[in-house]
Amino acid sequence: MTDQIDKALEREYEAGFVSDVESDTFEPGLDENVIRRISTMKNEPEWMLEARLKAFKVWQEMEEPDWAHVDYEKIDFQAISYFSAPKSMKDKPKSLDEVDPELIRTYEKLGIPLIEQQMLAGVAVDAVFDSVSVVTTFREKLSEAGVIFCPISEAIQNHPELVKKYLGSVVPTKDNYYAALNCAVFTDGSFVYIPKGTRCPMELSTYFRINEQNTGQFERTLIIADEGSHVSYLEGCTAPQRDENQLHAAVVELVALDDAEIKYSTVQNWYPGDENGKGGIYNFVTKRGICHTNAKISWTQVETGSAVTWKYPSCVLKGDNSVGEFYSVALTRGAQQADTGTKMIHLGKNTKSTIISKGISAGRSNNSYRGLVRMNPGADGARNFTQCDSLLIGDQCGAHTFPYVESRNPSAIVEHEATTSKVSDDQMFLCQQRGLDPEKAVSMIVNGFCKEVFKELPMEFAVEAGKLLEISLEGSVG
Amino acid sequence: MSNTNTKDTSSLLTIKDLHASVEEKNILKGLNLDVKPGEVHAIMGPNGAGKSTMGYVLSGREGYSVEQGSALLDGVDILELEAEERARAGLFLAFQYPVEIPGVSNLEFLKASVDAQREARGEGAVSSADFLKLAKAACKQVNLPLAFLKRGVNEGFSGGEKKRNEIMQMLLLQPKVCILDETDSGLDIDALQVVAEGVNSQRSSDRSFVVVTHYQRLLDYIKPDFVHVLADGKIVKSGDASLALELEAQGYAWLQPSDEEGQNA
Repeated sequence: MTDQIDKALEREYEAGFVSDVESDTFEPGLDENVIRRISTMKNEPEWMLEARLKAFKVWQEMEEPDWAHVDYEKIDFQAISYFSAPKSMKDKPKSLDEVDPELIRTYEKLGIPLIEQQMLAGVAVDAVFDSVSVVTTFREKLSEAGVIFCPISEAIQNHPELVKKYLGSVVPTKDNYYAALNCAVFTDGSFVYIPKGTRCPMELSTYFRINEQNTGQFERTLIIADEGSHVSYLEGCTAPQRDENQLHAAVVELVALDDAEIKYSTVQNWYPGDENGKGGIYNFVTKRGICHTNAKISWTQVETGSAVTWKYPSCVLKGDNSVGEFYSVALTRGAQQADTGTKMIHLGKNTKSTIISKGISAGRSNNSYRGLVRMNPGADGARNFTQCDSLLIGDQCGAHTFPYVESRNPSAIVEHEATTSKVSDDQMFLCQQRGLDPEKAVSMIVNGFCKEVFKELPMEFAVEAGKLLEISLEGSVG
Repeated sequence: MSNTNTKDTSSLLTIKDLHASVEEKNILKGLNLDVKPGEVHAIMGPNGAGKSTMGYVLSGREGYSVEQGSALLDGVDILELEAEERARAGLFLAFQYPVEIPGVSNLEFLKASVDAQREARGEGAVSSADFLKLAKAACKQVNLPLAFLKRGVNEGFSGGEKKRNEIMQMLLLQPKVCILDETDSGLDIDALQVVAEGVNSQRSSDRSFVVVTHYQRLLDYIKPDFVHVLADGKIVKSGDASLALELEAQGYAWLQPSDEEGQNA
């Protein structure tokens, strides 16, 4: 049976192609001068450059964290290039007609058509290619509703008051090693502002693509939902298949003001490396949101890619009655390693958080859930419910759970449930006896295991996520 | 019985001299069975005789190795096929202990199974709307509330509900040969009747049943054409339905060869 499952787990990485695009890429290396050059490339105001240089000093004094349950060779930060952009983007294309067709083809190949007529109705896309945003669709339609959806590099120029007020307000520069690095060298990502009382008329999404060799991608995203507003945002990510590891160190900040709601979904499919752990993306990401009174932030993530994942989308429940949610599916196979989970920091009264984590480990992979639930003294009547389920496929993988609970308020209630199960021979045989091949059987069983999380994804993407798992588990992809 | 009038007298299932082992322990030791279209064969016998093993070996479960012999399903040698290929060839096994698959809805599972089998036969997939109609009808036939179609496969089902669910799968898959592995175990009389009615409704001149059971009780509802006693890995006695009554009255001991006889045999 193990043989059959192993076979079912072999797969090709469909997004592993390289686009033939001429790029301007910085020489590898990191110093103040590189940061000044990034800032110049982005046409930034002086205050942004100053913030970057300050962050760089902070970062230089910090040490790379080693507490996560992952093992990888130390990163040589001087061997990475910190900026790469297609040459054709230099002239800042005004419309899609002026964008290099090869870039448009790249996204088409990935299933993300950028031509508005061909797109999924009701989804606006910001397409980030290496260090620049290629195009952001439906901007005009969104601006009619007062919604700002643009690359963060543009927001810094065009909406400095919002950026100054909120950038770094949720994840401070000193927060952690990779966040500090990101503050110094971030290149692009998305900026979203939803005005008071507005329900964003479309789903917003950003698609991150790494293409250039030896380049790091330093995504920076900031979403602000003003009072009583509502937005659903989704990000996707892929990269070419290469023998060298590449770094993606992102910072995402969400601000949900009073009565606002942000739903943030991720389908992460970075190149995971080969069977033996050669190549693949290091995905070291800091994601955090702050909820003001009665606000709600919901993180949903489907993590199937990356060689090493280090990621804890979190909620600071500052306002009374605010709600934080974290729904996660993390699949590791081959030699992949994931250390992922969340932090729910309860500050306000009657704050509520829900954590549903589904870890699937196959091959020789290691999959860890790490979660913190903190009830501060002011969090009267706060509640948390955590459910952590692990599914093992085969007998050489590992599933680990590291829950941390800190309760400093006697009226707070924290519940934690955890299970570990295996895809059993009995289940496989039942499926096969009814005519299903082993690949279909495994993917069906795994999809069933993830159902509670998939139902939280926006409709179109729930289907996509299911398919992604299927591809991830399929023996031979045609 | 109905089969006596069928024109096609070639067998649906022919097992010849089947020897099989599990973890290097010989369980089947020369099993012979010939099942013609439309027939119902009951297999009875003491614990450990190899009844469940027979079902698993025929349906291709991993870990069961065939040492010798052959098994033809409608003329096709199935012992070389993968488990799913045997299922697609028309072999159905109703499990003694149906397993749960949490989160996978019964409907999704049934549709995927039916589609996989149809695809293997070169038939197109059934539309979701049509399949839903078929599934609802099957669900009603086995007396399960329609909500069971949306629930996870066997998830939180009672013993009786699981067995009825097995029969529902059989109704939708329309196999050629159905092996029921102690489907009656753990059933109350009502559930037993539902299961038996499901089976009886499927009896036809081109479908056969091999009913493995410990008890004569099931055979009151599903009338067998033949009753066989499986002991120590082979059929030691065959007869008509009256044999089951005899076994009920006398047990199996009188049929099993004593040690000495066994050595002589």
